[in-house]
Formats: sequence, C-alpha cells, structure tokens
Amino acid sequence: MDIFFQQIINGLVQGSIYALVALGYTMVYGIMGLINFAHGEVVMIGTLVTITVAGSLIKAGMPVILAGMAGLTASVLVCMALGWGLERIAYRPLRNAPRLTPLITAIGMSIVLQNVAMIIWGRNYLTFPPLLPKVAFEFGGVNFTLVQVIIVVVSALTMGGLLFLVYRTKLGMAMRATAQNPAVASLMGVNINRVIAAAFIIGSALGALAGIMVGSYYEIAHYQMGFMLGLKAFTAAVLGGIGNLAGAMLGGVLLGLIEALGAGYIGDLTGGFLGSHYQDIFAFIVLIVVLMFKPSGLFGEKTGDRA
Amino acid sequence: MQAKLSVVALAVASVFALGACGPKEEPKPVAAAPAAAPAPAAQPEVLVKLGHVAPMTGPQAHLGKDNENGAKLAIDELNAQGLEIGGAKVKFELLAEDDQADPKQGTIVAQKLVDAKVNGVIGHLNSGTTIPASKLYADAGIPQISGSATNPKYTQQGFKTAFRVMANDVQQGKALGEFAAKQGMKTVAIIDDRTAYGQGLADEFKKGAEANGLTVVATEYTNDKATDFKAILTKIKSTKADLVFFGGMDAQGGPMAKQMADLGIKAKFLGGDGVCTPEFMKLGGPASEGHFCSLPGMPLDKLANGPAFKEKFVKKFNADIQLYSPYVYDAVMVMADAMKRANSVESAKFLPEIGKTNYDGVTARVTFDEFGDLKGGAISVYQYKAGTLEYVTTVGAPMDVVKAEVKEAVAEVKDAAQAVAGAATEAGKDAIKAGADAVKEAAEATKAAVEKK
Repeated sequence: MDIFFQQIINGLVQGSIYALVALGYTMVYGIMGLINFAHGEVVMIGTLVTITVAGSLIKAGMPVILAGMAGLTASVLVCMALGWGLERIAYRPLRNAPRLTPLITAIGMSIVLQNVAMIIWGRNYLTFPPLLPKVAFEFGGVNFTLVQVIIVVVSALTMGGLLFLVYRTKLGMAMRATAQNPAVASLMGVNINRVIAAAFIIGSALGALAGIMVGSYYEIAHYQMGFMLGLKAFTAAVLGGIGNLAGAMLGGVLLGLIEALGAGYIGDLTGGFLGSHYQDIFAFIVLIVVLMFKPSGLFGEKTGDRA
Repeated sequence: MQAKLSVVALAVASVFALGACGPKEEPKPVAAAPAAAPAPAAQPEVLVKLGHVAPMTGPQAHLGKDNENGAKLAIDELNAQGLEIGGAKVKFELLAEDDQADPKQGTIVAQKLVDAKVNGVIGHLNSGTTIPASKLYADAGIPQISGSATNPKYTQQGFKTAFRVMANDVQQGKALGEFAAKQGMKTVAIIDDRTAYGQGLADEFKKGAEANGLTVVATEYTNDKATDFKAILTKIKSTKADLVFFGGMDAQGGPMAKQMADLGIKAKFLGGDGVCTPEFMKLGGPASEGHFCSLPGMPLDKLANGPAFKEKFVKKFNADIQLYSPYVYDAVMVMADAMKRANSVESAKFLPEIGKTNYDGVTARVTFDEFGDLKGGAISVYQYKAGTLEYVTTVGAPMDVVKAEVKEAVAEVKDAAQAVAGAATEAGKDAIKAGADAVKEAAEATKAAVEKK
C-alpha cells in the first residue's frame, strides 16, 4: 500500500508542475484563443535565468535565501518582459490574421527561443543551485521532500490567486469581457491591447515560477527542457478544458496521477504485456476518451466559434 | 500606466544585462582553430572530406560536441602534419552534421553526406542512428568508423564498410554481469531508455547477469528525453532489488540516481558507457557517490598516449573530455592511416586497408576482426567517488596488457633463479631452499597472470 501512496505523491507533484505551466497556456487561450506554444520555452528561460542569477550570487558569497529571492525576482522580470515582447512582436501584428497563422508563429517563436537559449547557456545540462533546503520526510514507508510539498502548495496558491484576479478585480473583468467579445469590449472602453499584454505578462510570470519549481525539483536544466514540459502542460490544459483556470489545475494533477499510476501498474494490469514505456500512451488514451465524450474538456465551457 | 511602463523598462533592461553577462559564464568553446593555416604552398592539393555525425542539439548535445571536438583535434593535427598521399598534398575537411540522436534524422544527414561525396564517415554517436545510416554508407561504398556506437547489430549486418573502435555491448553486458555477481548482488532491476543503444545494452546485461546467477526482478522503461523516473523507481523500490541497472545516457542516469536517493532506495546503480561521464556526477550530485559504470577500453590515465591526449584536448578546447572524444580521435586517425597505406584517398581503394589496420591509438591498439569490431576490447569498471571516476577493475584486458603482465612475471622468475644461483655459490642449503621457494612463488605469479588472460 505504501507503494500506492508513493505513486500518488509522485503523480501529485508531477501534476502540480503540469498545472502550473498549464495555467499559462489556458490564460492566454481563454482570452484570445491562441495556443502560445512558446510558453514552455518561457518556463525554460525562467529556470535558466534563475540558475545564472542565483548561482552567481551564491558563488559571490551571498546567503542562499537572498540569492534565491534575487533569482526569483530576476527570472520573473525577465519572463514578464519576454511574454510582453512575444505578444508585441510575434502575436499582435497577427491579431486579425487567420487563426492558423499565429499558431505557426508560436511554434516558430518556440524554436527561436530554444536556439537563443542554446547560444546563451550552451548545450550542456546545468545544475540548479539548491535554493530550497533539502529536507526529506518519511511517513509509513512513503518518502517525500520539502520541495515537493512547496510545489503542491505554490501551485494551489497560484491558482487561487489567479481565480481572484480574474473574478474579483477590474483587470479580471476586462479580461473576461475581452474573452467574450473583443470588439464589444473595446467599444465599452476596454483597452484590448493592454488586457492581452497583461495576460501574457501574468502568464509568463507564472511560467517563471513554474520554471523555478521544476528546477528545484529535478535540480537540472537544459535549453530543451521546455518542449516536453510544454507539450504535457498543453495536454493537461486540453484535458481540463482549455481556457478554464480550474480545469487547467485539475487537468494537470489528473495527468500527473495517470502517468504515475500508469507507469506503476500498467505492467501488472496487463500481465507484462504492456510496460512502463506505455505511460505516455496511457495518458493520451485518457485524453482521447475524455475528448470523445466531452470535446471541450472536463471543465471547458461550450463556446461558439472562438473556442 | 507610468509605473507599469517603468516596470517593463526595468525588465527589458535586465534582459539586456543578462544577455550581456550570460555568455561570459560559459566556458568559451574555441571556435576557430588557434592558428589558421597559412596559405598553402603552390602544390596540387587534394581535399579529403570526412563526414562527422553526432547529436549537436537535444539532450545529448554535450556528448555530440565532445565527439566533434575529438574529430576536429585529429583533423587539425593531420593537416598540420602536411601529409602527402598519392603524390599530392592532402587537406582534410570535416563536414559536421547534426542527427539529433534521432534515427530518422540520422538517415537524412547520412544521405546528405553521401550526396556530398565524402571520402569517409566518422560516427554516428548513437547506435540508434548509426545502424540505419550504415546501410546508406554501405550502398555508396563509403567507409564508416564509429567511435561510440556499441550495439552489436551495427557490425553484424554484413556491411564491409562498417567499423568501430570500441568494444561492443555483447562484451560490455557480459563483463558487467560478471562484475555485478562479483560484488555479491543477487537481484537486479533493469531500466532501459528504448533506444537501440540502451535496449541493446540492457538485453546483453540481462544475459550476462542471468548467466552469473543474478535474478532479474523488474524490467522498466523510460525514454531518452525523460526527466522524471519516480514512478518506475517506486515500482522498483517495491522489489527490493540489490542493483538497478540502467541502459541509457547520462542526462537520464544522473537525475535517476538522484531520484533513487530521494525515494530512499538503497540499491546500487550500475550503467554502461553512456553514463560514465563527468556530466553524470554533475547531474546526480552527491547521490551519484558509490555507484558504478563501465567504459569500453582502459582508463585514459593507464594508457601510454592517454595523458598526452587529455592535455592536448583540454588545451585546445578549454573543456574536459566528456566521453567518446578519444575514440572519435582514434577513428579519424585509423581512417587516415588506411589512406596512407593504400596511398589513396579514394573510398574504394583505402577501404580494404581499414580491415588490415594495426594502429597504436590513444584508446587501444586498433585491430579489427572480420566483422569490423575492435579485437580484444577490454571493459573497465569505474566507481563514482568524490566527484571523480575511480577506476575499479578491467574485465577482459587487451592482449598487450596481459603480455606485459606475463613478461613481468617471467622477469621475476629469472631474478629468483639468479638469486638461487647466487645463493648456491654463496653456500648453504637454506639459501637454496629460500631461492626455490622464490621460484615457486614466481611461477605461481606467472600462472596467475596467464589465467587472468
């Protein structure tokens, strides 16, 4: 039984990371119907900036906590600027283009960012500085670490904060209005450009946060780390109903759990016919089944042409 | 709005600041060769194009770069020597291609090299890309020497163009199985990354382990891009295996060792050449301590030309040797050596000479068997200790090492015999007896050395 709980914890942590990244996808999609495929790369840049800033400050003798805060601040600021820049340069000029165009641009930006990161940080794997204390717990044969607890807590808090932002603030109201009908919203005095830029900036800041969590958890980083992570998070967002914040969170956690339990039990369930290399397939089968019965995802609202 | 603008401005400024300081921290790859070749003398010059293929992007890019550096070093040295082959001065040129460790991409760049009419190919790095690409080279009659593809299939397809300067996984799997049994391991869990290399090595290890009385209690899989192994490791934890064997590369192995520690798994970790790198220890951190890995060949420090190569390499590229660069260096040299002996740079003419190679390389004395495999390849086992790879033992030592040991033992016998003779003339039966004992001992030492072989 302890093995089962261990797998649940593995899945929960992995799922929280997916959820944190998925929030960035779903926020942008919810407002402008664009799948920002470069979001995984924003996460990657967030991790790498933290490594550079916090790593060099620690080397210079600064206490770990201060260096960590500096790294966090720097990476959030850089990612916000990056998100704003992406929107301004790559997506705003295509606002009225056919929907396929910005999608292809997003994929292009993802490749550009990967290569820029490769030039700046090199091809080698980088080790993430130990910003969070290494505390391990054991509880009835189940092992977990402080970092894992923090990851789950941070993702839950972030989602709560986002829900507050979207449903309780003026900016959130503007966002919802833009999502419903950009033309009418702008007639009502909402500055669409600013709202969309804000969505990108906030989403990217979340990406930076996710990057730091991923870095602290695996303690490694690489210029291509964002690709797979982005794809999985996107899957999670679709699973939960893209455009829906709670859905992204739920989809992420669900995907993490499916993966962990799939890898852990698929071999036993099929009598060794399928092994743990089918864990991804398992996750995607669940996705397909969900989409067959609920095409807009678990929590997705039925919308017309826009979603 | 004003406040927001200034935040954005600050953020933009920090991007530039970071962009400016980013590159400085990275060890600068020395892109241009230090001394660009001066204008060559007015003499007919033959251009020899050597293709080199390795992943230059993706999770194994650090190993690909390492391979390319090995090839570059060899080519620069060859050009500096000013070789003359077939009466003309030759200039070697490296056509470096990126196969992204992807079999599909591997055949695409292989076709590109075939179309570019390269004289020979060094690589690829991964077995998974080398095997499909080798057919294209074989069809075009282009000799191929890999310094790192260890899957046995590569040379067993019956292609006359396929060679490797490294022991294959049959030898490696067998040696590692033997080693695990000697360490007193009883049960083992095997993980592979589903690549031709990882799967091949894991399969061979399984055979080797079972032949030595170990029980395989779990077989799990991951992929060569994964970072999270907790689910499969948790499953392995429930089997209480003594040993976790991983067929795969360092980028997965390092984090895997770390996650084993996080989950409280006490089993030892054992891997093949793909994880036997400084990168593994960097990624695994303290969790890599005490685990084992193996490398075909002997440790560089124990080889006659090893330390000199290391010095040259570090000086030229300002980077440590990751893994295969000495083998790739040898691969280039073996090909150039064959060209010299054939007195031709034409693929068809120097190809037969590669099979007859007897070249004293950095990593081994290179001779090939009828398949194109390195003859008498040794496997060395290392342990990760305090951030270095500590040499543990060599399984299946190459012939000349055994010969040297035998020679040493024979010399000891001779010394002892002389001592006997000396003692006899000095007088005293006791002395003779002592001498006889020494002979006996020395004889035993000889026997032991021969048995080791």
